[in-house]
Order: sequence, then structure tokens, then C-alpha cells
Amino acid sequence: MANVNYMLRGTAACPGCPIPRELNNILEIAGKDTVLVVPASCSTIIMGDDIHGMPSVVPVVHSPFAAPSAIASGIKAAMNQLNKKGNVIVWAGDGSTGDIGFASLSGAAERNEDIIYICYDNEAYMNTGIQRSGLTPRGAWSTTTPEGKREFKKPLPFLMMDHKIPYVATLSIAYPFDYEAKIKKAMTISGFRYLHILSPCPPGWRFDPSLTIEIAKLAVETGIWPLMEYENNKLKLTGPSILLKDKSKRKPIEEYLKLQERFKELSDEEKRLLEEDINAMWLEIERRMS
Amino acid sequence: MNDKNFDFAISIPSKGSGGKTGLWRTKRPVINYDKCTRCRFCIIFCVENTIDEKENHLPEIDYDYCKGCGVCANVCPVNAIEMKDEAEV
Repeated sequence: MANVNYMLRGTAACPGCPIPRELNNILEIAGKDTVLVVPASCSTIIMGDDIHGMPSVVPVVHSPFAAPSAIASGIKAAMNQLNKKGNVIVWAGDGSTGDIGFASLSGAAERNEDIIYICYDNEAYMNTGIQRSGLTPRGAWSTTTPEGKREFKKPLPFLMMDHKIPYVATLSIAYPFDYEAKIKKAMTISGFRYLHILSPCPPGWRFDPSLTIEIAKLAVETGIWPLMEYENNKLKLTGPSILLKDKSKRKPIEEYLKLQERFKELSDEEKRLLEEDINAMWLEIERRMS
Repeated sequence: MNDKNFDFAISIPSKGSGGKTGLWRTKRPVINYDKCTRCRFCIIFCVENTIDEKENHLPEIDYDYCKGCGVCANVCPVNAIEMKDEAEV
């Protein structure tokens, strides 16, 4: 119960941004023998220090956009050479994971490097000014898709499962016990582990900062963000998502969409397509579970 | 180790890498301790880690760094946290 912070308070994150909390809960479990690799993202600003110091209590390696997995692989190899134990964790945004850094991510996953890759997914390039990424959902406003994105969200957790790596999980900060259980499990496994967090962004998604946790929770309850876990070639749902396999138990997606101004100009047609995307994703989950 | 002979640029962990972020605040969360049930939701969910747990399990906000986002007031199940206008406090 000691009041120990692993991510020190007073970071440069926007008010309501869940990144410091997500990192704190990860570092709390990973411990001090950890190296973080952070590619260009919001977290570069949050981790980057000026005269005041830096918020992370563990070493941070800043990396170019495309290279975090390669750099983490190298750090792990060097640690093995020096007989040093510890975790190497990549903490990357959705742009670095799904678009620019996907080649090195896929390569490291294929080689089954002994690293943990954590993607915090705020569904656009938020740090540079809300440009669309491959992981922006259909219909969402961004500065490069002023009329709403026309393509679907890249199903990154499924793509990583297809790499046949030891562990893949999706997480949400609104369910901290599920969140910490998955990180604890990832720490016990060796090999390439991929975790994907849906991380609401108040300025980018255009909602009041006080709603961060509420929106993260609604994303799970509406079935937009299923919490799942892939281990030993088996996929299973976890926590509140177990019941949501039944479509009637999910809340209508309007409850999630209406709180965010990025979906304000969503047409009925786009909303139907978005619902179809979600239904298709749940069918894919059922197919992989059987 | 000779402190003046670093091979790499080294930065030291410290609070307030973004400055005293309490200055960003326009609304101040104020806890009503009569209503508080010690459920720890605000401590668990404070996105900036600015709520400490006191010895008797009661939450205490660090106003030096609280950015006033209002997540604690939003997650409180008994509405024991009120967002007051910073100008009035």
C-alpha cells in the first residue's frame, strides 16, 4: 500500500491522458530491471526531459519511428551477452506499431525475440496533430480525413496472432485488474509478447477529459474493444468481454459514439458499416476460438 | 564513477518533468471526506497518479501536480469529489 509511483507525477501529458497511468501500472509489475524503448510518439514528449528531469524511473531509449522492435531486439541480445536479466519493453503508439514500424515489428515477432511489445492505441497520429493512421476507426474525423475515414481499422491483434507468437492480449485501462493480470502473465512467458491497449485521447477524440475512463469502459461494453488473450495457439475472451459474445448483451454503439465529437458527422450509412465491422470482428473471434 | 565523465547523456528521474502541472488547472477537485467510502477508485484511476493514499485509507490530492481533468470526480461512485472553479477556491 506504499505510495510508490513508477511514473512520476507532473508529466507533460495532456489533462485526462491515460498514458502516465498505463505506464505506471506496467512498470509497477515489470520492476526496476526494465528498459523501455519508445519510438516517436506522444510518449516521446511525456518521457522527454528538460531541466526538470524525466518521469520514468527506468531507463528509456528513444528510437526512430520505424525501428523500436529492432532496437529492443538488440538491447535484449546485448543483455544476454552481458548475462544481465531484465525486461525489454517497447512502448509504441498505433502509428509506429501499425503503419511505420510494422515491418520491424513483424520481423521481431517472426524471429520470436524475447521482448514485450506494448501498443497504446489512440487511433491516430495525435502528437503531430491528429492525422489518420491505419488504426483510425471507420467514420472517425481527423485532420486528414475531415469527412470521416472511409477505411476500416487495421485488425492488429489478429495480425499478431497470425505470427504465432507466444502471447497476444488486448487491454483496457478501465479494467485495471484485468490489465494487471495480463501484464503479470506476459512477464512470466518468454518470447515475443504483444499487448494492445485502447487509450482514449481527449483532444484527438474530442471529448471532455473527465470522460477518459468512462469512454474506455464503454468501448469494452459496446463490443468495439473486446478484451481477449491468445496463448498456446488458443484465443479466449477475458473479464467483461466473456458475456459480450452474445450480441444482445452488448450496449448499442451509439452510447460510445455520442460522447466523442470525432464521430459527430457520422452518417447512418457509415454507422451501419461500422457496426458491420464490429460484427465481423466478433465472428472472427468466434472462428478463432473454435 | 566519475560524475563529470559520462559516456551518454543521462537524465535523472524526478517529479514534474512538465513543470508544476497544477498550474494548468481551471477546475479543482475537492474531496468531501464525510461522503468518501474509501473505495480507492480515484486513487486507481487518477490518470496522472496525483492522488495518494493516507494512513487511514483516505485519498489525498497533490494539488501541485493535479491537472484538474476531472477523471476522479467522474469515477467516484458516491460523488464525493466536486469540481470547483479554481477562481472561487
